[in-house]
Amino acid sequence: MRTKSAAVPYVFWMAVFVVIPLVLIVVYAFTNFDGEFTLSNFDNIDVFLQVFGNSVVLALIATAICLLIAYPFSYFLAQEGTLVRKIAMLLIMLPMWMNFLLRTYAWMSILENNGFLNQLLGLIGLGPVHIINTDIAVVLGMVYNFLPFMILPIFSVIDKLDKRYIEAAQDLGANKRETFRRVIFPLSLPGVLSGVTMVFIPSISTFAISKLLGGGMSFLLGDLIEMQFLGSAYNPHLGSAIALMMLVLVVVATLITNRFGDGEEGAVLM
Amino acid sequence: MMQKNNAFARIFNVLVYLFLYLPIVVLIIFSFNDSKSRTVWAGFSLHWYQELFRDEEILSAFSTTITVSVLAAVIATVLGTAAAIGFHNMKRRPRNLFLTINNIPMTNADIITGVSLMLLFVFAGNLLGFSLGFGTLLVAHITFNVPYVVLAVMPKLRQLNPNLGEAAMDLGATPWQAFWKVLMPELRPGILNGMLIAFTMSIDDFVISYFTAGSEVSTLAMQIYAMTRKRISPEVNALSTILFAVVLTLLVIVNVRQVRQEQLNEKRARALRKGGN
Repeated sequence: MRTKSAAVPYVFWMAVFVVIPLVLIVVYAFTNFDGEFTLSNFDNIDVFLQVFGNSVVLALIATAICLLIAYPFSYFLAQEGTLVRKIAMLLIMLPMWMNFLLRTYAWMSILENNGFLNQLLGLIGLGPVHIINTDIAVVLGMVYNFLPFMILPIFSVIDKLDKRYIEAAQDLGANKRETFRRVIFPLSLPGVLSGVTMVFIPSISTFAISKLLGGGMSFLLGDLIEMQFLGSAYNPHLGSAIALMMLVLVVVATLITNRFGDGEEGAVLM
Repeated sequence: MMQKNNAFARIFNVLVYLFLYLPIVVLIIFSFNDSKSRTVWAGFSLHWYQELFRDEEILSAFSTTITVSVLAAVIATVLGTAAAIGFHNMKRRPRNLFLTINNIPMTNADIITGVSLMLLFVFAGNLLGFSLGFGTLLVAHITFNVPYVVLAVMPKLRQLNPNLGEAAMDLGATPWQAFWKVLMPELRPGILNGMLIAFTMSIDDFVISYFTAGSEVSTLAMQIYAMTRKRISPEVNALSTILFAVVLTLLVIVNVRQVRQEQLNEKRARALRKGGN
């Protein structure tokens, strides 16, 4: 059956709703309100670079923490029986069915100055800790929201690993540590990379998490863009310029991942 | 797999789940709270559940969310399945090009997808005389849903025996019949899976809706976001608790059925082997 034409409607759809909008971002970034070419949208770039740097640092920290949690978690889980593995993965997906804003809002009640955490610390005689409206709270919010995106690809790679490689390594005299370092870890790298992009990109572009848990103290790239389009400082041209900078970052991150893995592994969410 | 888990591994994994479920537990508990506070417990009550069913704003946002998610998932499934079949039959070059473009909405940051579509809708709206609303919201949802459908259907097409369709037609089926009676049943699991992922993505989306829905229409997530600026009413906790319970029940039913089916298949296979000996 030669049915190439079945793709025609979607090819048109992609042209209009995927390609043209991205072209519009570029056009807006280099024009002003009168539609003339200008570079003035990039004038205040030094101010943005500060926000840019802040966002990159927080997103990198969140990504690193996610990796440090997700890798051992997936490694341990892969050794359980079929039923446990299945239920465990369902339980990782389940929270995603609850709106992320609500779950993040629930963290506010936990982290507040007189919230649950401090009530609990008070019971065992430890002083109150100030977490809400700091960068720590924002990073925690990112880790909390995006951890499943790190676990899913890493687990699916480790779970499908050919056990014969491990047996071969052991037969050839590798101890546990060597087997892990020279066989298991290198083979799981595609999952790690795809997890890293899947956490880093939403972290760098979030604006709701920083608003809720950072209380305006932590101003991120996402907040800056949102402000230009729907906030007080309406300026889609400036907003597009910042979005374009973010887009460059996204492309770089994706290219790095695609160099190593085939990139399809992580896209399969279920 | 590699070795048995020790106590440390078990405790570590339990802690991860505690971390993931802590806010959800807080949320559910406080949906039964007798006061508006979100940190002080004032006794058990179903007050917020009663309020919920009287709150027009939340109910209408909820129905918008369901409507847009169902419509977007169905349309995206049709569009995406057709596209996957078309891509599958293309030469390598055009196929890879289209698949790369198809991947953009999935890998791109939501906020960029959101503002870029907003630019298009505002631009085209000024030209053609429409404004942001349910239509633009639906188009945006379809746009970010189709890639997941394409990605779910493509592997099924690759597994397909390429001669299957021709065999059916040799046996007298029209191309249309060959498609519906022979190819469709093979693709069905992938299509259903794609539709489910699409629906989940729509329900869960906040950022793209926020930029493309305009000020007249509001999804549940947008409603919640608007509320966080003041104070979230525990009614929303109540609604989330109900949704959570429904999803949990559905998952349990689906999985119990799957496990039963697998056991049944195993039994049959065993019986067959015995018969063969």
